[in-house]
Amino acid sequence: MPQYFKNRDLVVPGDILAEGRFRAGENTYRLGGKIYATRIGLVEYGRGVVSVIALRSNYEPRIGDTVVGAVVDIDLGSWRVDVGAPALAILNVPDAIGESFKQEMALPEIFDIGDVVVARVVKLNRDGTPILSTLGPGLGRVEEGRLVRMTPTKIPRLIGKKGSMVNMILKETGCQIVIGQNGVILVNCRDKEMEDLVVQVLEKIENEAHTTGLTNRIYGFIREMKEKGRDE
Amino acid sequence: MSKKKLIVKGVRLDGRKWNELRPIKIEGGVLPNADGSAYLEQGRNRIIVGVFGPRELHPKHLAKPHKAVLRCRYHMAPFSVDPRRSPAPSRRDTELSMVIRNALEPALFLERYPRASIDVFVEILQADGSTRCASITAASVALVDAGIPMRDLVAACSAGKIDSEVVLDLNDIEDKEGEADLPVAYMPKLGKVTLLQMDGMLSPEEFDKALNLALEGCNKIYELQREALKSRYVKQGEGRSAE
Repeated sequence: MPQYFKNRDLVVPGDILAEGRFRAGENTYRLGGKIYATRIGLVEYGRGVVSVIALRSNYEPRIGDTVVGAVVDIDLGSWRVDVGAPALAILNVPDAIGESFKQEMALPEIFDIGDVVVARVVKLNRDGTPILSTLGPGLGRVEEGRLVRMTPTKIPRLIGKKGSMVNMILKETGCQIVIGQNGVILVNCRDKEMEDLVVQVLEKIENEAHTTGLTNRIYGFIREMKEKGRDE
Repeated sequence: MSKKKLIVKGVRLDGRKWNELRPIKIEGGVLPNADGSAYLEQGRNRIIVGVFGPRELHPKHLAKPHKAVLRCRYHMAPFSVDPRRSPAPSRRDTELSMVIRNALEPALFLERYPRASIDVFVEILQADGSTRCASITAASVALVDAGIPMRDLVAACSAGKIDSEVVLDLNDIEDKEGEADLPVAYMPKLGKVTLLQMDGMLSPEEFDKALNLALEGCNKIYELQREALKSRYVKQGEGRSAE
């Protein structure tokens, strides 16, 4: 069972990762007994499994994901929300306000086209269309803040082990951060300079998600930038 | 009037040898608002590619129930050639859009995204021959940058015949004045050709030679694509990624 790379080597689509009795894990495929990568990322050889941790990925929705997206269309009794998935997500009236749809309801008064909402994926249709709900704490229309995009696969890195990274950022900057699993992050601070700093930090995480010791480095970065801000 | 010589003392007009590529520069992720993008320079070719998707397809009647639709738009900017050309898509643009789509399609897992579309926009900012090949090379880097799963990268390169000699990577004047042009797109790790066209006349022996030369060129370009993709994550001096 030959392996052609070392663990955590950077691979690109088409790279032959292994041959023989491995199972093809995430972001890989098998063809003629060989396992190839399908996305750019870091290769991982597990117990009989080969997978790639993608560094760039499109969003593939899963049940339970928190997502941030914009309302793009209003149908009879539902909204269509762009969350970056292969299909526009559906938000039905009962999942939005907790009561069933009535003819006399004016949907644009609840969510209008262009509104940004924080929602949860509660179901995937058979064709993969995500069904959303905005019922729950922290969900619903976004009133203010800034949206930052990140590759969806890097969201776990932003959260960190048991939230270590995001909690550190929250503590250091005092900002409100809502993380959408679809790679859209909502940042809202009272102090607009802190907001700029958080956006910079997110960019840094996007660029360095594959390196080790990132949380400490980000901590240092925030401290440094705060010092600079105080000096000016 | 005698025709202009394209090879003088074994050297082509731009100073290259018969088996030499033009200098190539590739960069991924240049457009912040696209899902994926790439910029490519090959000699005096300058090409920018934006990729969007997989996303909901409009108009809906074009959607395929069992797979995604790959849509490509090849477009030459009015200032990309001298004299300035009309910005309206020409017959040639339409055909090249189709050619690029056909060259990229075998590398994608379209069946994973039913009813969706993947859109590739190729904009030629400056044209200097073999733009269809350069577009495919750039588009495949942009697709990787968009995080769209792929079977392999697609590298493309042309070969041809000028002054009765088989040469690699034709530029504009060699394409126009030369005897034959052979664009090839290739998936190096899978060993599959996804595009093979020929314009002009080649004997069977010359064809074999030109094809092998073009494939060799594709392999070189493939290495440059890999480097371009990796360079975003491995900085010089910083050493390898992790652990």
